This record gives sequence, structure tokens and C-alpha cells, in this order.
Amino acid sequence: MELLDNLALGFSVALSFQNIFYCFAGVLLGTLIGVLPGLGPIATIAMLLPITFGLPPVSALIMLAGIYYGAQYGGSTTAILINLPGESSSVVTAIDGHQMAKQGRAGAALATAALGSFFAGTVATFLLAVFSPPLAELALQFGPAEYFSLMVLGLIASVTLASGSVVKALAMIVLGLMLGLSGQDIYTGVPRFTFDLPELADGLDFVALAMGMFGISEIIRNLEDEHQRLLVAAKVKGLMLTKEDFRSIIGPVLRGTGIGSILGILPGGGAMLSSFAAYSIEKKISRTPQRFGRGAIEGVAGPESANNAGAQTSFIPMLTLGIPSNPVMALMIGALIIQGITPGPNVVTDKPDLFWGVIASMWIGNFMLVLLNLPLIGIWVRLLTVPYHVLFPAIVAFCCIGVYSVNNNNFDVYAMAFFGILGYVLVKLDCEPAPLLLGFVIGPMLEEHLRRAMLISRGDPSVFLTRPISAVLVPLGADPAGGGWPPPPRRPSSRASSRRSCATRPRRCARRRSPWARPWAATPSAGASPCARSAPCC
Amino acid sequence: MGIKTAAIAFAVALGFAGAAVAQTYPSRPITVVVPFAAGGPTDTVARLVGESMTRTLGQQVLIENVGGAGGTRGAGQVAKAAPDGYTLLLHHIGQATAPSLYRKLPYNPATDFEEAGLVTPVPMTLVGSSKFAPKDIQEVIAYVKANKEKVTYGNAGVGSASHLCGMLFMAELDAPMTTIPYQGTGPAMNDLVGGQIDLMCDQTTNTTGQIRGGKIRAYAATTAKPIKAMPDLPTLQAAGLKDFEVAIWHGLYAPKGTPKEIVDKLNAALDKALDDPKVVERFADLGTEPEPKERRSPAFHKQFLSAEIAKWKPVIQKAGVFAD
Repeated sequence: MELLDNLALGFSVALSFQNIFYCFAGVLLGTLIGVLPGLGPIATIAMLLPITFGLPPVSALIMLAGIYYGAQYGGSTTAILINLPGESSSVVTAIDGHQMAKQGRAGAALATAALGSFFAGTVATFLLAVFSPPLAELALQFGPAEYFSLMVLGLIASVTLASGSVVKALAMIVLGLMLGLSGQDIYTGVPRFTFDLPELADGLDFVALAMGMFGISEIIRNLEDEHQRLLVAAKVKGLMLTKEDFRSIIGPVLRGTGIGSILGILPGGGAMLSSFAAYSIEKKISRTPQRFGRGAIEGVAGPESANNAGAQTSFIPMLTLGIPSNPVMALMIGALIIQGITPGPNVVTDKPDLFWGVIASMWIGNFMLVLLNLPLIGIWVRLLTVPYHVLFPAIVAFCCIGVYSVNNNNFDVYAMAFFGILGYVLVKLDCEPAPLLLGFVIGPMLEEHLRRAMLISRGDPSVFLTRPISAVLVPLGADPAGGGWPPPPRRPSSRASSRRSCATRPRRCARRRSPWARPWAATPSAGASPCARSAPCC
Repeated sequence: MGIKTAAIAFAVALGFAGAAVAQTYPSRPITVVVPFAAGGPTDTVARLVGESMTRTLGQQVLIENVGGAGGTRGAGQVAKAAPDGYTLLLHHIGQATAPSLYRKLPYNPATDFEEAGLVTPVPMTLVGSSKFAPKDIQEVIAYVKANKEKVTYGNAGVGSASHLCGMLFMAELDAPMTTIPYQGTGPAMNDLVGGQIDLMCDQTTNTTGQIRGGKIRAYAATTAKPIKAMPDLPTLQAAGLKDFEVAIWHGLYAPKGTPKEIVDKLNAALDKALDDPKVVERFADLGTEPEPKERRSPAFHKQFLSAEIAKWKPVIQKAGVFAD
């Protein structure tokens, strides 16, 4: 009953004309900045912070929250359309989402992302309303030992992000780990691999790396082969989901929502980890894992639901304990402090209108987002028909602005250019960038938590087995069957080369209603032609 | 190739935007560089003061966040900026510790700036996990002296205020604890509330909510005088650590060579901002107060900065830490 009273209070706050307006302004801005590559919620909220000085605290927080979860909706758009993940959480979406776009199914991919996000956002907000305090307590049980075990599990499972050779995927993870080593050692302050460049003192920037490896290298690749590009543009069709599509995304959306809701609570990279965990699980339980990486709709539905659920539940530690779980939450705490509200465990009881008002606004915001995003799909898809010689300079310009805006640093723009070229070379060598990015993100966290766990335990490694949560996670990682190892490589040849050799073939295939429905042979047909093996890509 | 050209053109355009010389200062917006991320405590202080100074100076005071390398990147940028009063720096205690923490600092905090006045000393509190055995500050001191490395002390990273506070505490007790660095006070506070670490020192802004909510235990204030928001909390000086004083003081700087008239004008605008009831009220929400009148002149700021540099040098050297 108390919950109903609280929700009634929340909706009475959130449904005031002023707050509906700020909620809409927030989600609209969030969608826009999510679509603009690189310009993330952190930069936007930082820029808007002074404006919120003059607003009542509830309105300010409602708008800033809207920007954050709105960006999760928008972030998938560029990942799908032009292979440009602006947010760490949409890296995974780019893998299958962009393949779908290349097959003319950009509309379906975008609709999947929007609907999955909507469902996940609604459910996660419900969890936030009902279980906030116990979930926050759960997050506090996660100490360094638990994080380390979780990261090990994540790193082992990251091999699943690759659809080609496992050896190459491992090599890419290691390369990512090594790139992640650059920067100041947080324990001793010693600079590592900074080459005396002050810009490297804080390490390489994720956004620069991701936009270079994905976006810029994709542009170079497209410019190399204009014929293929025109073919893709000509294929755009079917904006909405078919019945079969709906059937195949229900499971992934539900699982993604569950995973995202739990991992989102954990401080530090919750949304990113959850989208990638959802992808690993979908690929693992799929009867046709070979479709992943070639435009599997489940590979979009799962991670997109997970990252939006994670975005909502990451508010839990901030709202109930006053502890920021990521840089965006730290900014929101800053906004509250400016407003004269000291974030802490008492906010829920002292300022119920703030707590419940924000939660209620998330339902309203998610609803607005799905209404806003579904009609936009048609416009976004038409973007693909813009002549590429017009489109690519615009993409490059936005990338530069976006990367620069993260740290106001020219160096990051050069870094992006460098990684664009490196990414192109790697693609030519059939090495996929997604495992590299994951290694880059997980590596520093792995090291940080390992060293912190060992410092606290005074050098006793048994903590990883004696602490209960960690003791559950470690065997999961150690057991290849449970840890999400990918099935054995199905083919020695590459995705890129097989795609090219089939470039003229998939026309009829593309028109088929649901190519996924076909039962695939479970065993690799080693001797089959590249075209047969790449069939799922159409 | 097209990408690189575009990137360079873009970067160049931004780097050299505007270099016009002003006749009557200020005739165009003033940029105050905050060498930390937006939304952080220093940023908040800068924005509050900047808003009030905008009204006095009649020109917009813009806040630019140039984070990275513990605040030395933003400070270094201002040190090399044109000394025309249009690029300023708002930095905290890190300005005084950088010479001891960084061996390859590309600027000299003591000589490369014109001090324009102190802003506010934000007090800190020594806090502990609710699972930590000692009940008050005397017990903490005895416990740390007895258990030394078995006690874990969390901080927000090398060179952070929480790190400085911990170093000074250990130096005064002559008892080294196990230091657990984090990236920022947020994650450190998370582990303190969760009971993964024992002790931490953080500014009142971050600790008040947790203390009032009963999630952590407050032991002492690090300032010479008790904190207004928590008048019952003993100071570390009262607990027997004579000379113990750490506050995150903030100051406004202009590049070396900025004309005295401009520095005086800025100091006057700052002085007025610190008397602004709105600023005083917001500072109180942050758990701090403006600097008292007698500490607001550029001359006092200059002398205070060199005193602070001298104060921290032996502490940092004794701990043997470097941030580069």
C-alpha cells in the first residue's frame, strides 16, 4: 500500500506540466546526442549543469535523467546505421545491428532496439521502485574480490564477441588489454607506456578508440568499395518487425532485461558489461550461434534491452545511497549538491517527492522515447540512401566534434584517426574490433580490482574462493562450458572475403521472409563453399 | 587522408580561436579553467563564484573543464595562456602539492601565476566504516598505532586531497596504514559503506549525507576550528594531533604577467562574490564558508601558497610518493 501511495506521490510530481516538459526536453536531447557520434551524456549533462541552477531540484534531475537514458536509445542508432558506437554499451549492438543494416534490415534492427529498450526500461523502473534498498545493499556486497572474479568471467566470455577465428579473437583481446595498460598506474602514480606525452597520462580515451576502430575504419572500408555501398543502399526495405521477428526477440529481450537490471546496479561499467553479457548468453544458448556477427536479430534485442535496463537500475545506488555508480551519476550528484541537497541514504525519506518523482518520470520518459523513436526510424533509414560522398564527410566531422568534446583535447582526435587506420588494417587481417574494445575496457578494471583485493587481503589469494559471491563466479569462469566459450570455429576463411565473394548473390535471399527460421546444420560443413557458409548474412 | 586533414583543420580552428587585445577590461567573456571534471566539488565552487562575478564584471564568466593528470593539465594550459585576464584558473590545494608530487611539471605553480585571491577552504572529515571497531577518535589513534598496516585507508588516487589527508595523518601518528587508492571518492565511499575498507578522509560534501544516514562513522574534523554543520565533531588538533590542519582551499589565478589593474579588478569582483548572500548560502550547503576578509587579498594568497608548498613538501617526500 505504501508503494502505491509513494507512486501516487511520484506521478503527481512527474505529471505536472513543468516536469512533463523537462522530461520531454531531456529525452529528446538524449536521443539527439545519442545519435550524434561521440557526443555522450557526460559532455551534455556537464554543459547543461549550469542551466539546472535555476530549476527546482526535481525538474533538474528529471531532465538530466532523461538525457542519460534517452542517450541509450539514441546510441544504438548510429551503431546500427553506420557502425559507429558512440557509447561503450552500444559496441555490442554494432556487431549484429550493422550487419542487419547492410542486409537492408536497418528498420527492423532499429525497431528491435527501440522496443527492447522500452520493455527493459519499464521493467527496470519497476524494480527500481520496489526493490531499491535491498538491491543497493546487494551492490555493497561487491568488494574488489567479487569484481575481479566478475571481470575474469567477462574476459573469458568476451571471446564470444568474435564470429571468426578464436585465436584471432584472443589476440585482439590481448591487444586491447595492452592498450588499456597505457596511462598512470593508479596505485603508485607511475606513468606506464605514456612515452612522455602528457595526454596519455590518463590513458587512451575509450570514445576515441571505439570511434576510430569502428566508425573511421568502416568509412575507409566503404570508400574502398563503392559498389558494395550502393548495393546496401538499394536494399533498404521493411521498416517494421515481422511476426517471426517478434517471436525471436521475446526471449532475448526478457533475458537482456534481467541481466541488465542486475549488472546495472554494480558500480563501474554496469551498462557496458550487461550489454555484452546479454550478447554472450544469447550466442551461447542459440541453436545457431554461427548467425551471430552476421546480422542475428537476437544479437541486437538482448544487448539493447540489457543496456537500457542497466541505465535505469544504475540510478539505484545514487538515489538510495548517494553513491555514484558511474561518471554520469557523479554529475547528477553534483547537480543535487548545487541545488543544496546532500545526497545520501536519507534522500529517500527526507525528499520523497524527489525520489518518487524521478522514478515516475522514468516511466513517462520511456513511453515518450518509444513514441519518439518509432516514427524516426523511417527518417534514419532514409539516411542510408544519402549519397555516400555527402554522408561520410559529415560523419567524420561529427566524429571529430564528438571525440574532442569528451576531454576538450586535440590529442583524442589524432588518436581516433590513428585507430581508424589501425582498425582498417585489422579488418583486412580478419581481426574483429569488438573483442579488442572489451579487453581495453575490462583490462584496467581487472588489474585495479586484483591489486585492491590483494592489498586488502594482505597478499592472500584465497579471498577469491572464501568470499561467497566470488566463490560462485570463479568456477563459472574456469569451466569453459559455463563460461560462455564459443563453439569451435566453424570456418577457416574470413567474414570479409566471403562477404565480398557473395556480394552479388543474396538478392533473392534478402527477400525471403525470415531467413533465421531455417534450421541450420549444427555441425560445421567444412568443405562447403564460402557462399553457403555466409548464407546467414543475407 | 581526408580524415586527418579534417581533424587537423578542426583542431587548429579551435586552438587559435580569438586573440584580440582588449582596451577596457573586460570587454569580452572571461574563461575560468577548472582543471577537473564538470560536476565535481571544484567545478561547483567555480560555477557559484563565476555566476556572481559575471554580474559584477558585466561580462560572462565561462567555466571550462580541462581535466586530467591530477589538475596539472588544466593548470599548465593557463600558465601558458596570454596574460590578458581572459583566461584564468580556479585550482585547489593541488596547486601547492604539484611541485612535490610531479617531477616533470612543465610549469611552476609558485612563479608562473598571478594570485588573484583565495576562495574557500572546504573542510574534510575523518570517517570510518560502521564495521570498524574503534568508537571515537582517541580509540582510532590507539588502534592505528597498535595495528598499523592491518588498518586499511582508502583515498581517491595519488595526489588527491584524501591522499594528502591520509599521508599527514600517518606522518603525525608515525604509523603507516595500508593505503588503498581508488579512482575518485565515489568508488572509495562505496567500499567504505560496504565495509571493504576501514578509514577514509573526505570533504564534508561527500560525507555528511552518509554520516547522517548512519552508514559510516564520523571521527574528527581535519580543520583547526570545528565544522559549522557538525559542531560536536572534535577536531584532530583537539584530539592531540597538534598542527594537524587540512582543508581543500581554492584560489583564483591569472597567468604570470597579467597587468596589476586587471588582477585587482578580478580580486575585487571575487571579494564581492564571496560577500554575495546567495554564494554564502550555497557554500553553506556544501559545508563550507567563504574565506574571511583578511585572507582575500592577492598578497595573502601568494604568501599562503608558498607556505602550503613548504608544508606539504616534507610530508610527501616522507611518504615517498610521486604522481608521475
